[in-house]
Amino acid sequence: MGTTASQLSKESLSEYQELTFLTKQEILLAHKRFTELLNKSEKGDPNVRIPMNKINSLPELKSNPFKDRICCVFSTSEHKDGSLTFEDFLDLLSAFSDSATLEIKSHYAFRIFDFDDDGTLDRSDLEKLVNCLTGETEETKLSPDEMRQLISNILEESDIDKDGTVNLSEFQHVISRSPDFVSSFKIVL
Amino acid sequence: MPRDSLIISENDIDTGLDFAGEKDEDLFLQEEHKSKRHRIKRRDDDRQKRKRGNERRKAGTRAGDGEEVLWGVAEKRERSKRKRQKNKQETSRREKNEEEEVQVTSGKAAKARKNIKNEKTRRMEKKEVEENIEKGKKKYGSAKIGEVKEDGGKQLEKAQEVKKKKHKKVETSSELETSEEDDDEEEDTEKDEVRPECLSPEELEKLKEAVDERKKLIQGLRGKPWSMKKKLVTLRESQEFVEKYEGALGKGKGRKLYAYKVMMTKKWMKFQRDFENFKTACIPWEMKIKEIESHFGSSVASYFIFLRWMYGINMILFCLTFGLVMVPEALMGRPYGSIPRKTVPRAEEASAMDFAVLWDFGGYAQYSVLFYGFYNNQRTIGWLKFRMPLSYFLVGVGTVAYSYMVVIRTMARNANESGVGDDNSFNFSWKMFTSWDYLIGNAETADNKFASITTSFKEAILEEQESHKDDNIHLTRFLRVLANFLVLCCLAGSGYLIYFVVRRSQKFALDGLENHTWWERNEVNMVMSLLGMFCPMLFDVISTLENYHPRVALQWQLGRIFALFLGNLYTFIIALMDEINLKRKEENTVKFNITMWEASLYNGTVSENSTAPPITIQPADVPRGPCWETMVGQEFVRLIISDTMTTYITLLIGDFLRAVLVRFLNYCWCWDLEAGFPSYSEFDVSGNVLGLIFNQGMIWMGSFYAPCLPALNVIRLHVSMYLQCWAVMCCNVPQERVFKASGSNNFYMAMLLVILFLSTLPAIYTIVSIPPSFDCGPFSGKNRMFDVIHETLESDFPAWFSKVFSYASNPGLVLPFILLMVLAIYYLQSTSKSYREANVELKKKLQMQNEENKKKNKQAALKAQMDLEARQTAQAAEQQRNNNASLQDQEEIVDSSYFGPDIHGSSQRPYQEKHGRIPPPPVGSQGHQMPATRDPGSRTNNHGNHRPSGYLPGFTQQSEPRLSRVPSLQRN
Repeated sequence: MGTTASQLSKESLSEYQELTFLTKQEILLAHKRFTELLNKSEKGDPNVRIPMNKINSLPELKSNPFKDRICCVFSTSEHKDGSLTFEDFLDLLSAFSDSATLEIKSHYAFRIFDFDDDGTLDRSDLEKLVNCLTGETEETKLSPDEMRQLISNILEESDIDKDGTVNLSEFQHVISRSPDFVSSFKIVL
Repeated sequence: MPRDSLIISENDIDTGLDFAGEKDEDLFLQEEHKSKRHRIKRRDDDRQKRKRGNERRKAGTRAGDGEEVLWGVAEKRERSKRKRQKNKQETSRREKNEEEEVQVTSGKAAKARKNIKNEKTRRMEKKEVEENIEKGKKKYGSAKIGEVKEDGGKQLEKAQEVKKKKHKKVETSSELETSEEDDDEEEDTEKDEVRPECLSPEELEKLKEAVDERKKLIQGLRGKPWSMKKKLVTLRESQEFVEKYEGALGKGKGRKLYAYKVMMTKKWMKFQRDFENFKTACIPWEMKIKEIESHFGSSVASYFIFLRWMYGINMILFCLTFGLVMVPEALMGRPYGSIPRKTVPRAEEASAMDFAVLWDFGGYAQYSVLFYGFYNNQRTIGWLKFRMPLSYFLVGVGTVAYSYMVVIRTMARNANESGVGDDNSFNFSWKMFTSWDYLIGNAETADNKFASITTSFKEAILEEQESHKDDNIHLTRFLRVLANFLVLCCLAGSGYLIYFVVRRSQKFALDGLENHTWWERNEVNMVMSLLGMFCPMLFDVISTLENYHPRVALQWQLGRIFALFLGNLYTFIIALMDEINLKRKEENTVKFNITMWEASLYNGTVSENSTAPPITIQPADVPRGPCWETMVGQEFVRLIISDTMTTYITLLIGDFLRAVLVRFLNYCWCWDLEAGFPSYSEFDVSGNVLGLIFNQGMIWMGSFYAPCLPALNVIRLHVSMYLQCWAVMCCNVPQERVFKASGSNNFYMAMLLVILFLSTLPAIYTIVSIPPSFDCGPFSGKNRMFDVIHETLESDFPAWFSKVFSYASNPGLVLPFILLMVLAIYYLQSTSKSYREANVELKKKLQMQNEENKKKNKQAALKAQMDLEARQTAQAAEQQRNNNASLQDQEEIVDSSYFGPDIHGSSQRPYQEKHGRIPPPPVGSQGHQMPATRDPGSRTNNHGNHRPSGYLPGFTQQSEPRLSRVPSLQRN
């Protein structure tokens, strides 16, 4: 990280500040953490991608049940392998930062929860979501009956147009009234 | 619009073709027969007319010939043929027309779709590269649409072409495209730049708008969910654009000013950003708290944030008291030893430096700036003429006022943030979408969180199921009442115990403390802390009876502990009051003694020397009063110190030692200590917060009599921040019941407010109703402490001001003012209530409207579908009928010829009839324009005018566009 190649230029630093909700210190810290994940040979390359499993080994993401989804959502890779460039990484941190707006947070939350990337949360998405939230172990998992009940309750509440799925606007509508979404949808390095 | 123009142009072409192809009309006719082209209409008419004319001429010229009949026959045959043809053509034309229209519409639809697609793709592209620099996003779209509307098909096509071109370019390389766009803009605005004077105000306005739009875009860029690359490109371009054209905006004189303004705003933005960075860098313990957040989730972190907030408040209180009271007195006041109140009495001098005494804040500590008694009642001190007593009083009032303000402001902000969230309509969805705490970075915490989320899901499901059947309500109610009764018993018991102990200690104190054991001397403190330790456990046991939801149970528990602490505190204060009264009695005797002493001194000195006092009495030797204010201050300081010590020691023993024991004894123990009975301790958020709140209450109460209290508290909080952070990270395990921080935030704040109020009550009582000591403190010699205000008003302000003040402060004005305030509060409260109601009402309305809209949409869709089906069935029926009616067609033809004598003349009728029957027209294939029933008028009309003949007689004319729309719909 001490090498000159890994230093951020002043312009790009100010641009990143302009474009993200991060402060200068946070960007520098992010850069440091990002370069720590790189191999020696990759350090000079500004467009290098870090594979998903490496990103997920960060302690901040390690125990997050949505870590794979988070990587996939923020990745700009063509192969859909969830690998992140530094800019993707900044995007991620910006969306999860303290000062990000509710709109952007809810937008990304929706994309994270949309497991099949079809633009709506349908029953299978919700089921996966519940499974993520309750963990994989047997004693915490919900029974199929409970699952059905839960999902139908959720759809009853948030599916305003009754098409059987929750779309982005419905999701944002629900989220915007939540008292603690903004405070809990945060990741800090 | 474009369709019409297209049709017209096609027709034009057709007519042109007609004229051209008139010569070989037979060929044409045949062709028409075969191919059933749709363009024949006018051509056909013209041709027929001309032919007719020719024939007539011919007939005329050859009228004399005998062949007339033949001619006539031939003509008739031809005519009938033509007629049939005409019919056929008519039908075919109609069909074709329809088809054409359909095609046109569908084509148009397709075009429109393409258009939309283009627009869409363009917009996507635009989003991606944000190349529409002139007009900003929305404006661009609307402008394009407007253009489309205005200019119609051709321009649209052109625009499309242009767009397509651009598309291609975009596809090839986005950068090239953007540069091209840039070029476009340059072209656009170069004109402006070349002749800025010639800029019309509108153009200037437009440009300005565009620049503003850009700026807004730059500002809002971070809030857009795009990838960084897009944002970067957009940012760079927008910045470039803004830079390029900002200069062009100012004209002539204004130009420089404008540029200057722009530069300044840029600088200001940069400064703001740097300042923001600086501010975040200045927030203390951010990293520590974040670390804890990631380990234990937001609820434990909320305690530390609360601690930090408290630290901030105390810092300001400390600055006030330190800067305005302690430092001036220490620098400019009389030095130590100059007057009796600033000197350690002779009796105590020997032990004044002992650590035990200092630790108890006696000795030199007692006679220092740390306590009330040290301050002199001199009106002004030092060369600055600093008004010490006034400053002391105002700082005392100011700390309380500031604390109220901060607490209430924070409460209001919290209420604002969580105010919307109290409706219960999205219970499940919130649990689902917002329950994960993304900050958790610790596997163990994550496991706990999984478990707690699962239980919350299960509970919610159970609640939902049980909300309909509540059979156990009576038992629950009974249990809850019982539990509250038990808790009240506990509180009453503890209250009585403390009262009893305090009374006993007073007895002991009267006897003299030296005669008693350690336990008897420290009974009050010990009983209080023991009660504080065991009562919460008891409450916890009792609360299991109540069967509340964990969060509600926690709040009850907190409330009960709160009541207990409050009882303890107030018992302490009552005991203190007793002591104050005792001291004041002592003071009276001391006063009497002093006058006696002074008199004796005077008498003694006067006998020896009358000019000057020869014996300079050491200030340490002067007898003095007990100074109850300093005593109160000392008590509070001791309380704080002991409280702090208890906290730290319990932390070290309860958490650290336990953790160490569990950790290392586990190697040689018969059961698993870590998972089994003792295990590690959890971090008790609520208990710690309560402790903090009570500590703060004591600070507020005591800081008037001991200006050092805020300073002490700052040190205490500072140490506990580090100590507790360390303890949490090294020897606590995450909580099993993980709560969200935001739910209880205002609860804590409310408790803080109550404590603030309750702690200012005794302080204000003592200030207002007890006269200050006669020989110590800044207010000595005054009847009441607040007299200092009067004094200042009278001596430092002009006479009229004090007059005004005295008028303003008389009850005749104050009472109405209070009344007015009460009225205002009432009014504001009722308006806020009505607003809330209106809010609920609006919410309802919104829901209703939503539902209605949904219904309407559904109905509309249903109706459209029904219409469609009806049309289809009608068409099918029509066709059926036509098929059925094909047999009657011949008669109809006769009819038609019968009712159209104005053209053909009556003489031709038989022939027509004759020939009409011979080749029956293939009606079935020609569709549906020959219904069985029609009125003769319409028929004649059909002859005269060809257009309307395209309509089905069964339908009204208006149904035509619908007809044309239906197939297009189907095609879609």
